[in-house]
Amino acid sequence: MKNVIGREIPDNIEGFGKVRHYEGAYANLTDRVKVSVKTRSVKPGDSKLCETIDEVLDKLEVKDGMTLSFHHHLRNGDYVLNMVMAAVAKRGIKDIHVAATGIFPIHEPLVEYMKEGIVTGISVNYISPGPVATAISKGLLKNPAVMRSHGGRPRSIESGDMHIDVAFIAAPTADWYGNVNGVQGNAACGTLSYFMPDIEYADQVVAITDNMVPYPACPIDITQDHVDYVVKVDCIGDSKGITTGTMNITKDPVGLRIAKLTALFMDATGYIENEFSFQTGAGGTSLAVAAEVRKIMKEKNVVGSFAAGGVTGYIVDMLNDGLFRNIWDVQCFDLKAVASYRDNPKHMSMSGSLYGNPHVPGPIVNNLDVMILGATEIDTDFNVNVITGSDGIIMGASGGHEDTAAGSKLAIVVSSLTKGRLPVVKDAVTTVTTPGETVDVFVTERGIAINPRRVDLIEKIKDTDLPIVTIEELKEMSERLTGTPEPMQFGEKIVAVVEYRDGTVIDVVKQVI
Amino acid sequence: MKNKRRTMLFVSGNRPKLVQESSVFGADAVVFDLTNGVEDSEKDCARILVKEAIDFLDFSNVEVIVKINSLDSEFGVKDVEIISKVKPSAIMVSKASEDQIKKIDSMLAKLERQEGFEEKAIKLIPTIETAYALEDIQNIISASERINAVFFDAEGLASDIDMERTKGGEEILYARSRVAMVCRVAGINAIDTYFVDANDYEGLEKDSQKAKSLGFTGKAAVDGRQIDTIQTIFVNRQEMRLVI
Repeated sequence: MKNVIGREIPDNIEGFGKVRHYEGAYANLTDRVKVSVKTRSVKPGDSKLCETIDEVLDKLEVKDGMTLSFHHHLRNGDYVLNMVMAAVAKRGIKDIHVAATGIFPIHEPLVEYMKEGIVTGISVNYISPGPVATAISKGLLKNPAVMRSHGGRPRSIESGDMHIDVAFIAAPTADWYGNVNGVQGNAACGTLSYFMPDIEYADQVVAITDNMVPYPACPIDITQDHVDYVVKVDCIGDSKGITTGTMNITKDPVGLRIAKLTALFMDATGYIENEFSFQTGAGGTSLAVAAEVRKIMKEKNVVGSFAAGGVTGYIVDMLNDGLFRNIWDVQCFDLKAVASYRDNPKHMSMSGSLYGNPHVPGPIVNNLDVMILGATEIDTDFNVNVITGSDGIIMGASGGHEDTAAGSKLAIVVSSLTKGRLPVVKDAVTTVTTPGETVDVFVTERGIAINPRRVDLIEKIKDTDLPIVTIEELKEMSERLTGTPEPMQFGEKIVAVVEYRDGTVIDVVKQVI
Repeated sequence: MKNKRRTMLFVSGNRPKLVQESSVFGADAVVFDLTNGVEDSEKDCARILVKEAIDFLDFSNVEVIVKINSLDSEFGVKDVEIISKVKPSAIMVSKASEDQIKKIDSMLAKLERQEGFEEKAIKLIPTIETAYALEDIQNIISASERINAVFFDAEGLASDIDMERTKGGEEILYARSRVAMVCRVAGINAIDTYFVDANDYEGLEKDSQKAKSLGFTGKAAVDGRQIDTIQTIFVNRQEMRLVI
């Protein structure tokens, strides 16, 4: 059937099951019951220590069909997922569901496991362009991958939609009884926030560390009462891989132009005032927005309440300059952010559930005033795609995109009008990640389009010099520059299911041909 | 089209992406440059690209100028013939001389008649980039009624007289002063040379302030990032004359 935003979705999807259809961003926010949790007692004197991954797999009794979960705070420097899956594969175990908060190019060995039937399911909140994303797009995974948001994943775990058999913590530091922190050791990555729901709800939890310290591993991010086993290995990851991706303000004049227009819009609409809260990404243009906002805050002597999200050194500088009172951090993007989280009590961790779970009594995204978002495509209904690229291949996932768009008072999408000689504005995006109902403004170098739903914003900027246009006009401008591309052709097989944060299916991704 | 020329963004004519983006930075004018940075083997392509871009893209919010090769080169005449068909606001003449300005003026007069453009629709902006031109500037700007601005190119001058350039710009004080004063007396725009380090905003600000204090009405930019800084310095200047 066609869902409320016009996407054709089957009622049942092979390898996924019965579909709950998307009904609107705020249509499914009723009371919920959390699933019960299985726990194991440890007698006084019993050891949690295991010498090898193999030893712990024996104790865990890992078998066919299990769901094993991993987190991506080590990003493209993570060795733990590969280490565990290599040991699982060696045992001849099949039909594993890998529930990872994020997948990066370093996880390429998964492609072979997909081909061999060792891995038949993958759930992610974030996926980098690379071999695993491409393999999923080509249909190598038996069951459709499930793409969730950072808030949707904890919702799925807490509701019982996704049951985790074993959660493997990549622990930068641990003690022999399972206390873990992310701020010490060679692979220090800061907060371990995304994994908190896994640790609370998985049947069994294993901490894998290369930095075993005397008890207790103070400061502690994950306490011993959640951890069943501890394994010491030589190395859990490469700290250089943590800072992959863009972490510097762009020098591209187009990106800077977009950033300036965005900050001016925020100011003109009255958002840059005392107590305001703000989140932006780690991309070059997103950081440039932060730089422009910083200038305005300094000029106006504004002190914001908090900045949130994945945190870079740039946001830390704003905290230290007194421009924000606090940071809510779900992921440290660089070592400056790691140090700040470790040393500054104003820099707080938030779990994935606290960050964006729609089925709790108020996640942090509900307190966000302004959110800056990226887009691969946006359509004239303001629906945004950050999952599939211009070739139809998966190159990303929601992360916190749909959570923050839904929660924030002002969700601004920023993008150049063309990318790779292709228009960014479409009649209909290839894949809907974030519904247009939750997107307020689209800022480009050639003009700013306001979602017609936001009549209040249109009223506020009517007397300014800002270059306001309609999104249809932006579409015309971009197509004039690039022409109108032929629609992409896909196969029939559904290779990924895009779950909205409330657990309904908002879209599907089909196999590339 | 704007008549203000506080900022002139120079864009290499052989860079399609830059040409396409050039109108979005808020510059008063864009200069599509067929000279610097365009290899001889790419001159024809750049000329066609710039012509098509002016013809097709929307430059309604910015003045469009094309910097052509010297008539002494094998490319200059063709530049004038092809580019004038799309009626840029002005043609900027590299290595300008009195003789060259007169020749281009007469070529344009003929081409304007052929194309049905109004008389003197296309203006001229001589580039002062040689010691001879600097000393002959009065004759150069008197060579055509089309001239409504002069661009001072310090890098070209440095190359001509083997002068070492510095960020402080003390070595070009005389040249700047002369260009600015002659233009002021003539009632035309004086556009200062570009500041080449696009990452040095503070240096750009100082350099722009110096140019303004000497009497320049605007300044060239080599990167979209420089526009805001230059604009801020020149924005309060009382607008000079100018019938463009």
